[in-house]
Amino acid sequence: MTIKLGVPSKGRLMDKTFDWFQSRGVTLSRTGSNREYAGAVAGIDGVDLVLLSAGEIPRELMAGRIHLGVTGTDLVREKLGRWEQQVEEVAPMGFGKADLIIAVPSCWVDVNTLDDLDAAAAAFREHHGYRMRIATKYHRLVREYLRDNGVADYQLVDSQGATEGTVKNLTAEAVADITSTGETLWANHLKILLDGPILRSQATLWRSRMTEPNDADRATQSQLLNMLG
Amino acid sequence: MSTKAKVRARAAQLRRAFEDAGGEFVEAAMLQPAEILLDLYGEDIRARAYVTSDALRGEQMLRPDFTVPVVQMHMDHGAEPARYTYAGEVFRRQEDDDTRESEYVQVGFEIFDREEPAAADAEVFSVIGDTLSGVSLRAATGDIGILTAAVRGLETTERRKRALLRHIWRPRRFRALLDRFSGRGRKVSSRTTLIQSSDPMKHDFPDIGMRTQTEVAERIDALREDAAAPPISAREVGLIDALLNVRETLPFALEHLRDLAVDMPAITDATLRLQERIEAMSARGVDVTNLEFEASYGRTSMEYYDGFVFGFYAPGRADLPPVATGGRYDALTRVLGQGSEIPAVGGVIRPGLLLDLEVSA
Repeated sequence: MTIKLGVPSKGRLMDKTFDWFQSRGVTLSRTGSNREYAGAVAGIDGVDLVLLSAGEIPRELMAGRIHLGVTGTDLVREKLGRWEQQVEEVAPMGFGKADLIIAVPSCWVDVNTLDDLDAAAAAFREHHGYRMRIATKYHRLVREYLRDNGVADYQLVDSQGATEGTVKNLTAEAVADITSTGETLWANHLKILLDGPILRSQATLWRSRMTEPNDADRATQSQLLNMLG
Repeated sequence: MSTKAKVRARAAQLRRAFEDAGGEFVEAAMLQPAEILLDLYGEDIRARAYVTSDALRGEQMLRPDFTVPVVQMHMDHGAEPARYTYAGEVFRRQEDDDTRESEYVQVGFEIFDREEPAAADAEVFSVIGDTLSGVSLRAATGDIGILTAAVRGLETTERRKRALLRHIWRPRRFRALLDRFSGRGRKVSSRTTLIQSSDPMKHDFPDIGMRTQTEVAERIDALREDAAAPPISAREVGLIDALLNVRETLPFALEHLRDLAVDMPAITDATLRLQERIEAMSARGVDVTNLEFEASYGRTSMEYYDGFVFGFYAPGRADLPPVATGGRYDALTRVLGQGSEIPAVGGVIRPGLLLDLEVSA
């Protein structure tokens, strides 16, 4: 058996993850052709690299098919119920930082807080006959946040990409999305509510609580975590 | 945990008891159109109900309760007055507590009657209470109508009253609004700036989205009106607090509410209705002298109750959900009836929980 380490399979997130491990003496690399999702680990024996979409890593940790995995706090919180019992946070990695926020059109000069949003949603529903639409892919996190803050008369509409464009395209009135600089929001004439983010997220190394390594693997895992810690 | 067959058999017994009490047996589809439930309960219901979909009918929900389909059926072609009973599975999504069941049987009894609401309230409570007499349960009662009457009677703007009524079922938000309207809340600087601005509608942002600049201007007018209106007095807030803290056996609670009604005449009618209900319950043999009443009971449930509310609990088993719950939901029939309405009251029993208690008794 081996310890299975799941990391994002492409893009900046993969590169930064490789750098982070490299600076701790563990060399991760992709092998084979550029298109093949196979990887290698050097600097420690008994660890297998599993390249996955960042969005699938929470599910694989929950299923116990990987022992360790790198993905954003946002994805773990969104996709796993009672996440603390399924995964353990090993180390925040200091990159991939982004906030999950709610944004409304800048031309809504009357709306700056959740309290405003709730009042605007009530009036909007009376006026237009439907609940104010908030476009997002973070359904659970946003719904819990709005419920805890007593916002009513809204609906979440699914948006898996280009969420900032939904208001202009008239498919939503507001958005809840992840942002690091806010630039895409400004460019799309949106502003962030002042109440603070729903969640501050960053790339994080997680350990699955759903699988127990055997003795040999446990030794490997401790050795790896020592190098990373 | 009791087996499914036993639960079904117990459910059938309960249903027959409700049929003997005059309930006409009705069925409801397991898949309900999601849109109606979402419009009623809001997006929160997605956390509590299973949503599925197909390309033809769109989003459907596994029924989280029978109330909505029974009301719809009655409003489509029900004779009046009517009594219904039903039995079957309901489905509740559990995201935080896996000891709670996500699928369980409910048996219900509902009355649609325009003539005597107090008698109907008492009938539902005692018919359900009678079927539970084999186990020792604690009953709790309340009346959301008294709080709504108190809010409607506040000496303040209609807009503030509407905002408070909209959040009756969200106690924390209700409290925050009451604090703000009474001048006790924290001032929000972005709002102060907006209200003091001489021409807030003058800006360079492009007008995007479905919410128009007219709507924005209307809201600013509303905010200005609110800023100019005097705060809700400390005396009135004190009365609402006193009302929310009423928690006694029914006869004492009634006395207490009558005292409050001297300073808060708006709750006089609602208090009279409580008195009529107590009399009707007493006439049916309910031991009202020992029955608990809590003015804030029922405010956090998902249901659409707006008057009498009740629940039966296993004493010493705070881990268990209530064995039976119910209440009056006139407003729900108004929303579903699109213009027509029918006063309605009803309740449900969970035979699975009842069986467990009967076995361990």
